[in-house]
Amino acid sequence: MFEISDGLLQPQDLAARLADPTCGGYVSFEGWVRNHQDGRAVKALEYEVYRPLAQSEGEKVLAEARERFEVIEVAAVHAAGHLEIGGLAVWVGAVAHHRAAAFDACRYAIDQIKVRLPIWKKEFYEDGDSGWVNCEQCAAHGHAHHAHAGHEHNH
Amino acid sequence: MELSISYFALYREVTGSDTEAVSSEASNPAELFAECQARHPGLERFEASLVAVNDEMVNWETPLSGGDRVLFFPPVAGG
Repeated sequence: MFEISDGLLQPQDLAARLADPTCGGYVSFEGWVRNHQDGRAVKALEYEVYRPLAQSEGEKVLAEARERFEVIEVAAVHAAGHLEIGGLAVWVGAVAHHRAAAFDACRYAIDQIKVRLPIWKKEFYEDGDSGWVNCEQCAAHGHAHHAHAGHEHNH
Repeated sequence: MELSISYFALYREVTGSDTEAVSSEASNPAELFAECQARHPGLERFEASLVAVNDEMVNWETPLSGGDRVLFFPPVAGG
């Protein structure tokens, strides 16, 4: 199951969907909206999502995770639109008979989601400026902050 | 051939347009993007920029056909 959501994500509801009596391990990842980026104070952000392809590519990533690891199910939901600090931007959950596969599948899914899905993050800073994350052009585009392309943005 | 081009996020802001209908002889997305750069100063192709045709991810050398809908994606930043 892969979903793009406009509403607030509720991790406990998402996890409940994965419940399976044969599974002894549940691993989840939550990506939260952080209040700083490259030394700048972030006030909020907005995700732009190209839904047709984000959906199909998200489903592909989950199918690959199921194929590569001994999981019973792996699921993910990504938020779209405006999010405040602390908001849940992305959730990934994996269940397996044993924990190792659940950890591996969860890690694989979030790593692939971050680099493959057509989703863009625009940050709004406390100083009133804004910028697209992972976009080195920000510097040439009239924004004061330094280029940061290719830089790992860990949640 | 006639093609449709869509721009997203930063690319939409730089070009000032969501979608363009163009007539082009570009044989692949790389050539087409170069033509777009000539029309839109400031449009840059980054190492992590991606391209899709008719809602399928493709590479920059995939041949184009008339009627294709080409989507140019600046570096993605989900998660």
